[in-house]
Formats: sequence, structure tokens, C-alpha cells
Amino acid sequence: MSGHRIVGTKVPKLDAWDKATGAARYGHDVSLPGMLHGKILRSPHPHARIKRIDVRRAEALPGVHCVLTADRVRVGKLGFLGDHPVLKGDKVRCVRDEVAAVAATSEAAAEEACALIRVEYEPLPAVFDPLEAMQPEAPRIHENAPDNLVPHRYEFRHGDAERAIAGSAHVVQGTYRTQFMTHCCLEPCFALAAFDPAGRLTMTSSTQVPYLMQSHLSRALGIHGKDVRVLQPTIGGAFGSKLDTHPYEVLAALLARHSGRPVRILYTREEEFVCAPTRQPMIIRMATGCDREGRLTGRVCEAILDNGAYTSWGATTPHIMLVGISSLYKLEHVSFRATCVYTNNPWSGAFRGYGNPQGTFANEQQMDELARKAGIDPVEFRIRNANDPNSTTPQGFRVTTCALKECLDTAATRVGWREPKRPNEGVGIAGMFHVGGGGRVYKSDACGVIAKLDDFAHLTLLTGATEIGTGSDTAMAMLAAEELGLPLGNVSVINNDTDAAPWDVGIHASRTTFIAGNATLGAVREIRRKLLPWAAKELGCSEDAVELHDGSAWRRDDPARSAPIEKLVRTAHFREQGEMFVGQCFYDPPNQFQDPKMRGNVSATYSFAAHAVRVRVDPETGKVKILKFVAAHDIGKVINRLGLEGQIEGAIAQGIGYALTEQLRIDGGRVGNASFLDYKMLNAADLPEDVEIHFIESADPAGPYGAKGVSEAGLIPTAAAIGNAIRDATGVRLHRLPMSPESVLAAIRAGEQEALDSELEVTGPLTRSGT
Amino acid sequence: MSGEARRSADGGRRTGRKTGAARRAGSGRRPSTVDRRPPTPADRAPAWQITLSVNGDPYRVSVRPNRTLLDVLREELGLTGTKRGCDQGECGACTVHLDGRTVNACLVLAIDADGSEVTTIEGLARRGELHPLQRAFVEEGAIQCGYCTPGMILQAAALLRQNPSPTSAQIRTGMAGNLCRCTGYAKIVKAIGKAAEVMKGQRKGRAS
Repeated sequence: MSGHRIVGTKVPKLDAWDKATGAARYGHDVSLPGMLHGKILRSPHPHARIKRIDVRRAEALPGVHCVLTADRVRVGKLGFLGDHPVLKGDKVRCVRDEVAAVAATSEAAAEEACALIRVEYEPLPAVFDPLEAMQPEAPRIHENAPDNLVPHRYEFRHGDAERAIAGSAHVVQGTYRTQFMTHCCLEPCFALAAFDPAGRLTMTSSTQVPYLMQSHLSRALGIHGKDVRVLQPTIGGAFGSKLDTHPYEVLAALLARHSGRPVRILYTREEEFVCAPTRQPMIIRMATGCDREGRLTGRVCEAILDNGAYTSWGATTPHIMLVGISSLYKLEHVSFRATCVYTNNPWSGAFRGYGNPQGTFANEQQMDELARKAGIDPVEFRIRNANDPNSTTPQGFRVTTCALKECLDTAATRVGWREPKRPNEGVGIAGMFHVGGGGRVYKSDACGVIAKLDDFAHLTLLTGATEIGTGSDTAMAMLAAEELGLPLGNVSVINNDTDAAPWDVGIHASRTTFIAGNATLGAVREIRRKLLPWAAKELGCSEDAVELHDGSAWRRDDPARSAPIEKLVRTAHFREQGEMFVGQCFYDPPNQFQDPKMRGNVSATYSFAAHAVRVRVDPETGKVKILKFVAAHDIGKVINRLGLEGQIEGAIAQGIGYALTEQLRIDGGRVGNASFLDYKMLNAADLPEDVEIHFIESADPAGPYGAKGVSEAGLIPTAAAIGNAIRDATGVRLHRLPMSPESVLAAIRAGEQEALDSELEVTGPLTRSGT
Repeated sequence: MSGEARRSADGGRRTGRKTGAARRAGSGRRPSTVDRRPPTPADRAPAWQITLSVNGDPYRVSVRPNRTLLDVLREELGLTGTKRGCDQGECGACTVHLDGRTVNACLVLAIDADGSEVTTIEGLARRGELHPLQRAFVEEGAIQCGYCTPGMILQAAALLRQNPSPTSAQIRTGMAGNLCRCTGYAKIVKAIGKAAEVMKGQRKGRAS
């Protein structure tokens, strides 16, 4: 794939100039004439019955326009299973629960009004540990879920994994626990709702799913979808947190409806920590076996997810968690079961990687341990089991391109896998498998693009594909410019208005470059087809002999002859019965919705990667210092090298935070560290300087110019790679995230005790086999 | 007060901020609906007249005593390039220059900034020409969602004024008070290093 003029180069993001000068308008920067400020009163109790709400003093406060409680509004429920009331009327199930909402002329008045609302609660017994919540005597959180289990089952069986493990030469088993992690978008959440006099709602939102949000709002508010327009300003970070429509967004609309004025709700940072979704903590019990030659025999995995009080899209993360467990390596026998359990903790949602970072923390540490037991080098062990191109995995994933072996080899070589180590130093490696060609979690996995080439050769891409900072719109512009031979500066992308742009399912699953990229190519190729006859006529040659580049059409056999594209467009436009150059494409990838048995080719292609890390562990303090970090990613094809590096670098930083420092400390259902001072997100000085990123171009036949999705991949194997390096450095293995200095130190001091403890916790089918 | 809220370009903000009166003023001003601290009556207190020079333009503003410099910049003057990230001096998104030093605008009471000169991200470009730091952030891919970018660039400008040739480690330490969730900082560090080179070249050009 050579000869590209734009694809594969380093290009600044289209919006970078506006962002560097302060001109970009984020949600917090948008206000409307007559706008009121909304505030939400939340429950201080993790589980309580609401006896009485008295809003009289709040309503009497000057400046207050509207106070809403559950008994004053008719509003539908939210959430993946529709179990989430927007305003809680009968009882509250977690501390962030919305009990009342106020609209007032200032934020201060709205806050004051919230404080004047008297709510009488009858506290109920609460449960915060998913294992306790599964016990028969546990408090019941939802009336229709007597066992506190989310009524959505995840079970996958292929072959006979228990038998395969029992017959294995070597078996590793363990229980792994992951923590609450939160997105820390630098821009706190906001919503701005305004109704026009005809009753049509315009919702300004940083949602990742503008078209699904239309339906969510339509259902919740009881209005037709045609009466919901979603506008997206510049979005200050998302990472999965805006995959759901949240109560505060519906509340902004309800307050606007009831006050007759536009209403804006801005979260404080504290609200952002307490009330935005989290990555779900998991308890993962896993056993993996191999034969004497080090070939994997089977794997059994059971996962318990802390769902929190309500069910968001996050409850579907076991789908993506399983892809890494079942399909990173060749496995004949797999058994998987995941259960989402209601607790009185804040509810968890979608977060970059979507369950795969949790699962990979377990299975890639097991691979390491298994290699040690089998006496095989962990890199060689992985390469021996790595997937091959053109293979089908137990879940029915059709792996077309696969450069996992090259990724493992590159990462190991560059980290100095075989080089001598100083005392307390260790190296670790972990692989990764993820969807790279969309992920069909909705009936359609499509994206629509309309392309319009005007008579100055300016190309506008109208699309629903949301830009959340990843640079997906820049990639689309590059693909379009390459295909039509236009300078990149001729292309703009309009993707922030459901009234203007065609449908897209949303930005998630590392899908946008792949799917919106293919949709872009489909749309601009239609323009190209319309343009070529005009070029051929102008240049006096056949259409086959025309090349488009640098803003002009050229005769391939006579480079002296060219015609500017804008002139061709004008020639076609400005005549009787002229022609316009518009192309459209609704690209739905060739992937499948999984059946209830979790089988089906969920993505049109799959991404692979390996991360290798060299660490030094301070034996006195337990602090882990990363000396070198190498990431090797099978990305299909580089579209924008600058954006791609940025995606991987940013994901690695989140992955290191996930591995070592980040944890939302929730005790008794209450968040104890709701500030950046107490929630340790890594800063510039914390991160390793020596980070290398390598791209392996496997040229995927389904991808736009061969590209695969990549935005989540960089954080999926990171924690496992670091865990393996800690094991190499210290001889102890940690089964719990984050691997903070105190837990590393405790593990070192206890020797293998922690590992033994967690093996003792394993009960049930997993204990039938063993070592 | 504002002295405590100010910080040096070596990222020393985090130490001073908790003890400052600004912290108390800040948290009292925005009572939380999460744990329901009682509201402050300060919003009904009489307003004060202050003067500010922002990006070279003179302003006279009437502010209540609990309003911060960040409130005034964003809500009174419409300079929304300065971002509100935490209102607690912890994220650096609202970093501006106050009389030549970087501050978290969320920790400075507006009345304490009376008579001061303020530079925000909107004042960094000169006659439409981007500041070398702005250009380097764009060209090096140091911007993703961009919400931290204005604060990052102003912090970096102060850093380069103190230390025109920082090492990469010095840049990392100097930027430690500004949080970014998207980039992993690598390209930010690189952009600042590149801008330092460009600015050195410009100084040489002017000197010769």
C-alpha cells in the first residue's frame, strides 16, 4: 500500500487550532438567552424508602422557577433494561440517586433550593458486596429481581473445558479482583435542554450516541422522536461514560418543559466522581490448562460483576470480556459464565475496553503462570498458542488478518526480554484481542455519510459519527481527501446535529475509523464516479486514464495535462440541466449479532496487540517504577500516524493508572475520594519517559485502506503486562487491582501467601481439576 | 490569599492549595448537592467594583465577594477559553497568568485580582499569529479532547519563561499540576520541547 499522499502521514486534528486558541465551544461554554440553571438533589442514603418530600421552602426561594419530584412528573425509565427511574419516588438504591431537581435563575439559587428541600427517609438494609448480594438473605434492591441478579445471562460453552483442564499436564487457577475506576473526563458532565414553542426539544449534549439518545429521550419524555434534536458541542472527553443517556439529561429536559425556559445542568467535579458511571469491578475465577508441549487445552472462567443499583449498557460488558478470554489464543475448550449483580453501589457503565481489560488482567497473568509451570519462556509460550490469520475461534469469530505473533516478537525484542536484569527488575508481557471492525451490540452497526463537493472543490462530510477527541473526523477527512485527490484543507466534517447528519449507532467499540471510514469511502467514491466522466471529457482521455490528486484531475499518460477539480465541478454545475456532486453511503459492516449462546462473528475484523514492560519494584516501599514500556499493535493500516500514536499513548496512560493507582474508594456505598487530589490519576511526571510504540500493518481487506479500530486496544493488556513484570521482579503475583505500593509490599512480605489465599477462595467446578 | 493560590512553574500548586483561604472560599461558594453542605449567603452580599486588564483590554466589573477570577473571565467577560475542570485547584484546566505568574483562576477571588493584569488563552496569539506553543501543540498532536489544552499551554508558557531550555524531565515536573486524560502527556512534553527550540530561535533572530 504505497503511493498515498495523505493516508499514512502525520496530520493535526481538524479541530486542533480551535482547541489551541480557546475558540472551541464545549458544553460548559454554551448558554442560551433566558436560560435557567438546574441542580439535582441526591440521596444521602445508599438504600432507603422515601417517606415524604417537602419542597415548599425551596419553591418559595426567590429565583426558583421549578422544583420537580417523582410525583410531579410523568417520565419513563432509562437504562439497558429499563430499570432506572429518572426521579426516584418510592425508594433510593444508591447515594447518587436523583430525588428532586430544581431550575432557578442562578446556580447558587438552585443549590440553595436543593438544600431547602426536606426529604424524610426510612433507611433500609443495604448490600455492597456482590457476593453478599447473591445470598438468599441479602436485602432486595429491585422488587422484580428477588435474587439481586440482573436478568440477563451470559453463558458460553465450547467443547468440554472442565474435562480438558482435568486432563492437562499443567493447570493454573486463581481469583482476580478488579476495582472501581472512573473516566475522569476533564470536562464535567453537562446538559442543555430547550423546547421551542411547538414542543420540539433541542438537547445539547456530549453524548456518544446522539441517535440512540433521540430514542431514549423520546421514550422517557413521552414525545415523538421527530421532536428530539440532539446537538453536540466540542466534547471534553467521554471514554464510554456517555454511552448511556443519564437521568441528569432527562431532568434538564423536564425542567425546561416545566419552566418553559432553556435549562442547563453542569456537574461539579465532586458530582462527576460520585455520579458519573464507573468501570465495573469484577471477581473473576479462572482456570487454564496446557499440555506438555505448552499448547493450551482449555479454560474455565466465571465472573461476578458489580452492576451497582441500575443497569446501564455496562451490563453487556461480558460480551467483550469474553472475546479476549476465548479468542486471544487457540483454545478448543472454553466455558464462561458471567453474572451481573445488583448492589447499593453507584451503578457502573461502559468504559474504554468494555470488560476486556478486566478479563485480560486475569487471562494474561494465567498465561504467564502457565508458561512458568510448563517451563517455557512466556513469549515463546504465547507465540506457540497465538491465533493465525484466516482462522475461526470458538465463538465463531472469523479472524482474517492477525499479526499477534509479530506484535509479541516486536514487544519482547524492544523491551530487552532476554537482556540481563538488575536486582528488583522484571519484565512482563501481555497480548490483547479486541474488536477492530465494529462490534454489533445494536440491531445496526452502521454509519451514514453524505458527501457534498461544491463548486470551489470544498468537500463537506455530513455524518452522525461523533468526535470525542479521538480524531475520528480527521481520519474520515483524510480518507476522503485521498480518494478524491483533494488537499486536506478542502475537507470539513459536520457531525454534531441529528437534524443535519445521517444516522450512526454511536462512538464505541473502537469502531469509528473502521465503520465511518468505510462509509466515507462509499460516499466519496460515488462522487468520484460522477466526476470522472467530466474529467475524462476535459482531458480528452478515457476515465481509466484519469488520476485525481493535488486538487486536480490528471492524464496518467500525459502529466502536463490537468484540470482543477473545482473547474470540473463548475462545468458540471453551471449549465442547463447541470449535475451536482453528492454521494452517500450507509455502511453496515459484515458482522453478526451474537446469539444467546454468545456465538456469532461480532466484528468485521479483530485487532491484536502486545505490551511489554520493564519495571523496578522497590522492595522497601512496594512502589513500581516503569523503566520501559513497549506497545506493538496490529492496526491494519496507519491512517493518521499522529492520531494513532496519541490513541495508544493515552490508552497506555489510562492502563498504567488502572494497573497501579486508580481506584474509586467506595465504602458503604459512598465515594470516599471524590477529587483529583484523592483519586490518583497519573500526571506528566508519573508516567514513564521511555514509551515505544510500534505499528504492524496487516492490511485488513475489510478496513478503509486496510485499517482496523484501535482506540481501546492500548489499555487492555497493560495491567496484565505490569502484573507479569512485578511477578518477574519479585516472585509474587498480585491478583487484585490496583497494584498499589501497599498491596505490592504486602504481597512481597507475605511471599506467596496472597496467591494461596485467592486459590483457596475457588470453589465449585474450578476445584475439580488442579495442580 | 491569592499568594497562596499562586504557584511556581515547577508544578508546586498541589502543596499550597489545601491550606489556602481560597480553598475554603471555593468550597463554600459551590455547596455540593452530593453531601448537601449548607449554602452560603454570599450570593446576596453587595457587589464590588474591580478593574482588570485582560489580554491588554481594560475591564470594569461588578462582582460579589465570593466570585472567582474564573467566574468573571467565563461568565462576565465571555472568555470561555479558560476551562472549569474541578473548581478546587487540582486539575489545572483554568490556569491563567496573573501579573505574570500562573494561577488556578478557580482559586483566586475576583476581588483579590483587582487592578491586575491577566493573560488567558485568548490573549496568547499575536495579531492572528499563533504562539509557538499553540503551534507546537497543534502540530505535534498534543491535543485530543482539548479541554486541558488552554491551561496546559499557559502553564507551559510560564515554564519556558522560567527555564527556556528545559529537559524532558523538567517539562514533566513542571507540567505535573495540569491533568490530561486523553494524551498520556507524551506529545504534550514533545510539543513544549519543540516550542522551546522555536522560541530560542526567535530570540536569536531578534538579537542578531
